[in-house]
Amino acid sequence: MIIAFIQRAIMQGIPLLFGSTGEIITEKSGNLNLGIPGVMYVGGICGVIGAFLYEQNATAFVPFLAVLIPILCCLLGSFIMGLIYSVLTATLRANQNVTGLALTTFGVGFGNFFGGSLIKIVKSDMPSVVLTKTSNCFKAVLPFAGKLGAVGKLLFSYSFLAYLAVIIALVAAYVFKHTRMGLHLRAVGESPATADAAGINVIRYKYLSTLIGSMIAGLGGLYYVMDYANGVWSNNGFGDRGWLAIALVIFAVWKPDLSILGSFLFGGLFIVHNYIPNLTMSDQEIFKMTPYVVTILVLVFVSLRNRRENQPPASLGLAYFREER
Amino acid sequence: MGASTAIELRNITKVFGSIVANKDVNLSVNRGEILSILGENGSGKTTLMNILSGIYFPDHGQILINGEEVVIRSPKDAFSYGIGMIHQHFKLVDVFSAAENIVLGLHEEKFNIKRSAEKIKAISEQYGFEIDPKKKIHEMSVSEKQTVEIIKVLYRGADILILDEPTAVLTPQETQKLFAVLRRMREDGKSIIIITHKLHEVLSLSDRVSVLRKGEYIGTVNTAETNESELTEMMVGKKISLNIRRDDPVDPQDRLTVNGLTCISRDGVKLLDNVSFTARSGEILGIAGIAGSGQRELLEAIAGLQKLNSGSIVYHNPKTGAEDDLRNKTPMQIRDLGVRLSFVPEDRLGMGLVGNMDIIDNMMLRSYRKGKTVFLERKPPRTLAERIIRDLEVVTPGATTPVRRLSGGNVQKVLVGREIASSPTVLMAAYPVRGLDINSSYLIYNLLNEQKQNGAAVIFVGEALDILIGLCDRIAVLGSGRITGMVDARNTTKEAIGLLMTKHDGGETNHG
Repeated sequence: MIIAFIQRAIMQGIPLLFGSTGEIITEKSGNLNLGIPGVMYVGGICGVIGAFLYEQNATAFVPFLAVLIPILCCLLGSFIMGLIYSVLTATLRANQNVTGLALTTFGVGFGNFFGGSLIKIVKSDMPSVVLTKTSNCFKAVLPFAGKLGAVGKLLFSYSFLAYLAVIIALVAAYVFKHTRMGLHLRAVGESPATADAAGINVIRYKYLSTLIGSMIAGLGGLYYVMDYANGVWSNNGFGDRGWLAIALVIFAVWKPDLSILGSFLFGGLFIVHNYIPNLTMSDQEIFKMTPYVVTILVLVFVSLRNRRENQPPASLGLAYFREER
Repeated sequence: MGASTAIELRNITKVFGSIVANKDVNLSVNRGEILSILGENGSGKTTLMNILSGIYFPDHGQILINGEEVVIRSPKDAFSYGIGMIHQHFKLVDVFSAAENIVLGLHEEKFNIKRSAEKIKAISEQYGFEIDPKKKIHEMSVSEKQTVEIIKVLYRGADILILDEPTAVLTPQETQKLFAVLRRMREDGKSIIIITHKLHEVLSLSDRVSVLRKGEYIGTVNTAETNESELTEMMVGKKISLNIRRDDPVDPQDRLTVNGLTCISRDGVKLLDNVSFTARSGEILGIAGIAGSGQRELLEAIAGLQKLNSGSIVYHNPKTGAEDDLRNKTPMQIRDLGVRLSFVPEDRLGMGLVGNMDIIDNMMLRSYRKGKTVFLERKPPRTLAERIIRDLEVVTPGATTPVRRLSGGNVQKVLVGREIASSPTVLMAAYPVRGLDINSSYLIYNLLNEQKQNGAAVIFVGEALDILIGLCDRIAVLGSGRITGMVDARNTTKEAIGLLMTKHDGGETNHG
């Protein structure tokens, strides 16, 4: 039971991990992309559209293509979302909060519109689209996972996207700490004027990090539909996970490696009510609240300790214009 | 000619909106030479240097390096031509270490902080710096940060160094150290351009001086063949007296008695440690000290903005004769007693003025409660704004220009002018002339003297010791949050105060 819980918590945490890693990379450049929930939503629905078209039209079902096409569609969708955000905030210097919130609203609407359209096309009795064949390809696990007992279940029972999420987070943490690119990116987010004076192309870093961050976050939406929800798309099924991912960024104090543990913890808190017997509906809602409460506690704690290293990037949310006086 | 020209500017012009920052400026620097650039606030010195370092792009004009015309489009271009700028406001990333800041933006070599740290150490030894490459910027003192900035440009192999008011935040001892380093660089064949307001520094350090006035190039003279009054005349365009007026105190009476103030920061550092003094009416009390020795906390405590751990601030009310402890009052009640704070913090817009609002609206920040109806009455503040612009010679297109568009010195005039306009009983001015040119500085000194004549108790926090000595009646010296001495300004010396500034517990001194 404990093992099943941990396994479920990790699966629940993976979309959050994608989302928060993407947002951390974005925020390191000083861009506060509150559009992440929308980006993840669009990533999910684009993957679903790709998978749906392939399942419907493919004469011979090739598992490799069944995985590749949704991923490419998802990356493309979230790339475009990131591009809209970057053009608006970095080039046109629009307000980042407003832009981000608009993108979230747009992304959710976009997802529900196309989700609804697909549901109409399949004339399903249920308000959902089911892509079991594609989902099964995504969920392929290592063959020896089942033979290793508890260890196998805990460590090897996940699909490739889950491992990808962890690897991306670790790579991101390494890049931030140990490469010149990471140093430059952090400088852009901390003090763009300094970075600019040092000859770093601030706008390019802002674009790159936002685009890469968005694509990573989009994968979170795809993982949710294809793995966690077994290939079933239903409108608004993704819920509040995008906001949870942003909360996780704060929880992890802008460190992708901490975000891995944080995502598993948040995943656990998110579902723990299912594993405690005899809970009323209202108790369950209280449990669902815990990740946010924990985030607030972390904010309080971090602010009290007031260590300069644990603060958000100093220019987070601010537009940069070289000749501003 | 023995010396070869390293860099030459021809007819450089730059316009911001309706403000002409530089107009047909010509300038040249030789190799192995220190050139000073003098000019009042808003005369376009910083703009000109920002053009050289690629921050701004000139509207027209030519830049020649080693005799060849070049185009500098970005800071990167500037580096590639060997130009390095040390900005007035340091361009450093707070959470990075010294070494990380120094290698920032470089691509040439493999990324290896350890090897970079060794190279930094080698440069430090060559020119006599003291620096720990691993130390984080936010843990550093101002002079350490400046050292990092200088090493940053040397690390890039710059032969043309531009320093924008490098001594504004240094103690006299630190300034001497910096000058020694600069002289060593000159011997090394580097060209140095230094912007400063302090005439004696210009005379002691530089080989030649170029003067700008209101964005225009006035001329260049050899330092050996000039003197303070000639330079001032070139800068200002008219002769002004360099003596600060100091009248005897008028009927001094105790106005403000500060007793045993102690203030401990959240990290447990004593920002103020048992500070006691008395400020008298009709007298200017100077406060000297290295930046960050508790000046800000002290003034804010008196204004009711800083929480205190112990001590009392007694205000002797000249009208009623009552004695009030300001600690029990809100900032607004303190203001109503006539205690005024014109605090000019390091970033001039940080406190006191709202950058996006125009001069008139900034005047209203102090008077908005006086209105009788719910609607704003703009007429009195407009009159006040126009008076300040006229009396203090604020360079601005008009009273409705957003304050952030003005140059630093002009912003300061607006702030000080507004505080003085309310005829205070206690006037606190912190660094009111920081970054101001001579002409505007003297305007401010005269205004402070006027307040003294009117019977206000003036508390003046300054950094230039000769000014403190010339202007104030008494000087309290702050060192690490303690009063390390109280001297009579009429018979003291710079050296004596400098020693008190660096005095710590047990009487040992910091920089010798």
